Amino acid sequence: MSTATKTAPAKPAPTTPTRVAPPPRPRRGGVLLGVLAWVVGLVFVVPVLWMVLTSLHSESDAATNPPSLFAPLTLQGYREFFGASAGTSPWPSLANSLTASVGSTILVLLLSLPAAYALSIRPVRKWTDVMFFFLSTKMLPVVAGLLPIYLFAQNVGLLDNLWYLTLLYTSMNLPIAVWMLRSFLIEVPIEMLEAAQVDGAGFTRTLRQIIAPVVMPGIAATSLICFIFSWNELLFARVLTGTRAQTAPVYLTGFVTSQGLFLAKVCAAAVVVSLPVLIAGFAAQDKLVQGLSMGAVK
Amino acid sequence: MSVAVGTLDRDQPQAGPTQPSGALKRTGDWARRAPLLPALIFMIVVTQLPFIATLGISFMDWNAYYPNERGFAGFANYRRVLTDVNMRDAVLTTIELTVSVVLVSLILGLLIALLLDRKFLGRGAVRTMMIAPFLVVPVAAALVFKHALYNPEYGLLNGSLHWFLGLFGVDNPAQPDWISKWPLPAVAVSIIWQWTPFMMLILLAGLQSRPLDVIEAARIDGAGSWQIFRHMTLPHLRPYLELSALLGSIYIVQDFDHVFTITSGGLGTANLPYAIYTTFYNAHDYGRASAAGVVTVFGTIIIATFALRTVSSLFREG
Repeated sequence: MSTATKTAPAKPAPTTPTRVAPPPRPRRGGVLLGVLAWVVGLVFVVPVLWMVLTSLHSESDAATNPPSLFAPLTLQGYREFFGASAGTSPWPSLANSLTASVGSTILVLLLSLPAAYALSIRPVRKWTDVMFFFLSTKMLPVVAGLLPIYLFAQNVGLLDNLWYLTLLYTSMNLPIAVWMLRSFLIEVPIEMLEAAQVDGAGFTRTLRQIIAPVVMPGIAATSLICFIFSWNELLFARVLTGTRAQTAPVYLTGFVTSQGLFLAKVCAAAVVVSLPVLIAGFAAQDKLVQGLSMGAVK
Repeated sequence: MSVAVGTLDRDQPQAGPTQPSGALKRTGDWARRAPLLPALIFMIVVTQLPFIATLGISFMDWNAYYPNERGFAGFANYRRVLTDVNMRDAVLTTIELTVSVVLVSLILGLLIALLLDRKFLGRGAVRTMMIAPFLVVPVAAALVFKHALYNPEYGLLNGSLHWFLGLFGVDNPAQPDWISKWPLPAVAVSIIWQWTPFMMLILLAGLQSRPLDVIEAARIDGAGSWQIFRHMTLPHLRPYLELSALLGSIYIVQDFDHVFTITSGGLGTANLPYAIYTTFYNAHDYGRASAAGVVTVFGTIIIATFALRTVSSLFREG
């Protein structure tokens, strides 16, 4: 923004001598700090790289000391993971995770979009109280409600049911979505809404032409965040699912039971299960902050 | 959905043709509330009712192994929770784990955010590298830390020690068993690794929202880097620091994945979520698990009160 105003000095701006900031000079030690940033970044990314590299090694090369960095690469770990040499195949649990994550994300959007609308564009009275109610549910520890949720499922026959899990994931992510979508919706300029009303634009047209363009990136970012949190979830899934509705994180926890060398296989499993989240997260990189702070930070 | 849209149309007489969905004669207030209700009711049913049930069960004698002894227990469960050594340890572990993880990842996050706020070659690449830990599924990250990094025989940590000290002619370097020697720090480090990017991202957003012209003016007026950081950057960052600390605590207090995967709650690493999970899932002591859950909620409310106050102040500024 500020650079844009600086590049247009041709206009006779009357008596507001804005100090044009000089371009940041490379200071002494600047290079050193850049190198330090690289080192820190590498330290943080090493476990991820190590996970990927180990997953591509043979079991005997994966378990050497000192580590063999340049051992030949192989897809053996992945083949064994998908070939389910450990027992059950991972595919059903991956499919379950996908269903629960996508399903709950759709439900979250269906519930949170109207709610966010009622908290921003045409706000209900005491809308701040409602916002804080949503936020406070996020602070209620999961373990505090887990037992009744389990007992209810047991009595109604919803244990090991993927849709029950999907509903719980919806409740887990709904507050985040309401907060985040509201932060996008308040950006819709009121004047434009009023102008549309004067022009006699219907609700659907207003929605499509004025609100949607502003909210679409918000919907995309919200979906990705909800997807990530659902995909990652372990405690609910661990307690409420068995063989049929098992999700990928639960599958992972049961994966390390075999004796002997298994490191490459474990790393391959970790890579496969993390891949959707890594893709979603890097895709939402510029909106990640807004999502994580529930829209408080832009 | 369709009902909500219909009632909204009815409330906007100028907004095009009214929908023929009569029947609902609501006041303007209710038309405004209608879109909110599904989400609100859903949240009350799914999150508040179970907690009320937990509160009820916490006053009951209820163990699934002894179904005939179910009855009213008064405060007995609470007395057991508060005097039980395991539970008290779990409370302490939770506090230790949460405080250490939040503090370390906050400080690291701040330092890294300061580094990334400067222009340097490949800044985008380093930022992307920094985000990666947050995007590894927690269970997967915990598994990788446990088996690929901490393993005493072939883990990367000991492997690197071996290789690095070997360069200096040390033949038999120490090869510690990280998890059994430092169980809680081992768990904490894996959580810190995952949450530092979170802190860093929010703080970096805070840094980049600083009014640069004011800072440049201060620099021209002769303020040093430390003075600018101390008197301008830090006050500006305060709400961001608070926000990231509090949001981080909400999630880290509840951490189950790392504890479950790395140590299975052994070696004094069982935090409250894990202890409650075992009380209910393995010991089937529903009454005691519920009482512990209620105690956790009270602890959380203390944190949450501060959290809400902070967020609401940020909210008013924004």
